[in-house]
Amino acid sequence: MSSIGTGYDLSVTTFSPDGRVFQIEYASKAVDNSGTVIGIKCKDGIVMAVAGLAADGRQIVARAKSEATSYQSVYGEPIPVKELAERLASYVHLCTLYWWLRPFGCGVILGGYDRDGPQLYMVEPSGISYRYFGAAVGKGKQAAKTEIEKLKLSEMTCREGVIEVAKIIYKLHDEAKDKAFELEMSWVCDESKQQHQKVPDDLLEEAKAAARIALEEMDAD
Amino acid sequence: MDLEMNLNASHSMGTTIIGVTYNGGVVLGADSRTSTGMYVANRASDKITQLTDNVYVCRSGSAADSQIVSDYIRYFLHQHTIQLGQSATSKVAANLIRLLSYNNKNMLETGLIVGGWDKYEGGKIYAIPLGGTLIEQPFAIGGSGSSYLYGFFDQAWKEGMTKDEAEQFVVKAVSLAIARDGASGGVVRTVIINSEGVTRNFYPSDKLQLWHEELEPQNSLLDLLNSSSPEPMNI
Repeated sequence: MSSIGTGYDLSVTTFSPDGRVFQIEYASKAVDNSGTVIGIKCKDGIVMAVAGLAADGRQIVARAKSEATSYQSVYGEPIPVKELAERLASYVHLCTLYWWLRPFGCGVILGGYDRDGPQLYMVEPSGISYRYFGAAVGKGKQAAKTEIEKLKLSEMTCREGVIEVAKIIYKLHDEAKDKAFELEMSWVCDESKQQHQKVPDDLLEEAKAAARIALEEMDAD
Repeated sequence: MDLEMNLNASHSMGTTIIGVTYNGGVVLGADSRTSTGMYVANRASDKITQLTDNVYVCRSGSAADSQIVSDYIRYFLHQHTIQLGQSATSKVAANLIRLLSYNNKNMLETGLIVGGWDKYEGGKIYAIPLGGTLIEQPFAIGGSGSSYLYGFFDQAWKEGMTKDEAEQFVVKAVSLAIARDGASGGVVRTVIINSEGVTRNFYPSDKLQLWHEELEPQNSLLDLLNSSSPEPMNI
């Protein structure tokens, strides 16, 4: 899939003859080279994050906070997840329009709980944003998506979802190729009172243990 | 006695406006008098203005100020509805009005009562008086005529009325205020908003109940000359 757009890839304001903007595609590569991040929408909430250039990620998060606060000030209610995703996507897209700005080198998985229930969105460096049942960005995203598709998300609670996500991350991790990894998970669901928080330590440990056992069972075949 | 009327004075709506919640929605009510000093510029005004399909506002104070504020908010809410992909909530409408009212408090003179129904909160009433405070209440009264209604509401208001009870209550209240407040008069208009939609009603003056010392309406005192009553001046 990888092609070099010699001459047409020097600026984000240049189209190639076959209608591609290479700078945006290179920005996506920055995301693909980072650790895998998964987000899934379960029955009662979201389990998820940012993958890619950390500094870019921080900018996006800051912008998201600012949009959310300004919406609350003007409209008097918390920002709906859909609205926040659209605003973020607009902002990310903005940075692909001018030659004096570079595209964001990070993909954002946005999980929220508003008055319409839990929702999951993903924003890519190109500015594309869709609503998902399950999403993955980063190195193992293809394999992660395959694994996610096997899950029955609409019947799963967030507690169960946490275990499943841990299993997938562990499964994807290639001992030989990748460096050692640290698993971090956060969720927003009924159990966390619709507030976003890090998955509680005891549940995290339970998930890690279950994931390790699942891996051993696989290896044992 | 002031016989010099300035017919070019700014229009003010003396007004009585009311908003009440009931079991299932809200009822908004208002009189219909717009005055320019002592002259009644419009005796059949409509002070209950639409902001969106499901949110209406009762206007009082300066007619111009309240109209321009309503126009701005209708515009903002229209854009908001497009972005959101669904109807705006009454809380959002009230908040937008509050921001305009508060930030321009030195220039505006308008008291508003916002009432609407949305699928998240049901029927809600928000009062936004002169300074730009925003307060959510089970019922709200405003305008010059409201002074005469505080005692009435204290005694007669109850939670969870039916739609018809609530509407009759509002009509009675506006009618009482019209009887005592010189700056309120004309007809009583009501707007009922609930999950099924919006209903507008109209109560002409002769359909309203008469209060203490109010006389029956008469076409002309000259009719007495043609009547067969032996005591024509015995009123």
